[in-house]
Amino acid sequence: MMGFTATDALFAALSLAAVVAGWRVFATDSMVRASFLLLLSFLAVAGILLLLAAPYIGIATIFMMAVEMMVMAVFMVMFMMNPAGLNPMMMVHQHRLSIAAGVIAFLGLSAAVLLSDLPDDPVDPARPVVRDLGHELLGPSMLVFETAGITLLATMIAAVVLASRPGRYGPSDEGSRPPGLVPGGEPAGRKPEDDQGEGGGHHHHHHHH
Amino acid sequence: MTLTSVLLVAAALVGIGLYGALSQQSFVMLMMGLELMLNGALLAVIGLWSFGLAGAPEGQLLAILVMAVMAVEMAVGFALVVAVYRKRQADTTESLGTLKQ
Repeated sequence: MMGFTATDALFAALSLAAVVAGWRVFATDSMVRASFLLLLSFLAVAGILLLLAAPYIGIATIFMMAVEMMVMAVFMVMFMMNPAGLNPMMMVHQHRLSIAAGVIAFLGLSAAVLLSDLPDDPVDPARPVVRDLGHELLGPSMLVFETAGITLLATMIAAVVLASRPGRYGPSDEGSRPPGLVPGGEPAGRKPEDDQGEGGGHHHHHHHH
Repeated sequence: MTLTSVLLVAAALVGIGLYGALSQQSFVMLMMGLELMLNGALLAVIGLWSFGLAGAPEGQLLAILVMAVMAVEMAVGFALVVAVYRKRQADTTESLGTLKQ
């Protein structure tokens, strides 16, 4: 066994920060504070990733989570009745079951970690891991990488479709109403209820283009 | 810092995240629990890559996929929160009962 090195001390501090901040996320009254605590937890994990010789993943986690948690804080302010945490608040259901499930998950995973025969083949410090990753992403695993990219594109489209109220011709959840053929005229295309109106069949397909 | 200690921290993050995802009533807090579980998964993946694979690049690739899953979960989750709020003025799980039947 080696002694307690500076890396070990840093790892212990970052682990403590990650776990404590993760727990405080669900214990604080302020939801904005909760999202920043989650950010703190992610930053601590990113620090551990840097210690684990994964510079690219670690830095990418820092950048991604900084932006993501700012968005989360904005959503908190938008949706929550108590974003500033001025009143004590505990909005939970099935609390005992949740605590039991969390503890059992931790104990079960810990038992699996402690009882299994873990591989021991650490990464060579001289290995160019970022270059390896780049060659892997744009080489043998390019299909995986591109599939992830397409998935993200589909996610962007799905998020906009789900979240947008105004469609091109009116509220997206009430059926489309195309604009009139002349300024201020009757809406072109098929009416939602009675099927009249000039323009007829082909105009109400415009929004598919 | 050993593989065992890294995996134990990851297990703690997954446990806390599971607690949050099951217990929180607010959709956004529930998503924080999911994120915390993915955080643990990311740590476990990189821990195994760093200590057990001699730096095989596929381990880092798996971590990139975990991060893509995080982004997808976050974007679609927030879009669903917005859509549900717009339709039903609901921002907690208790306000939705239509799937119960």
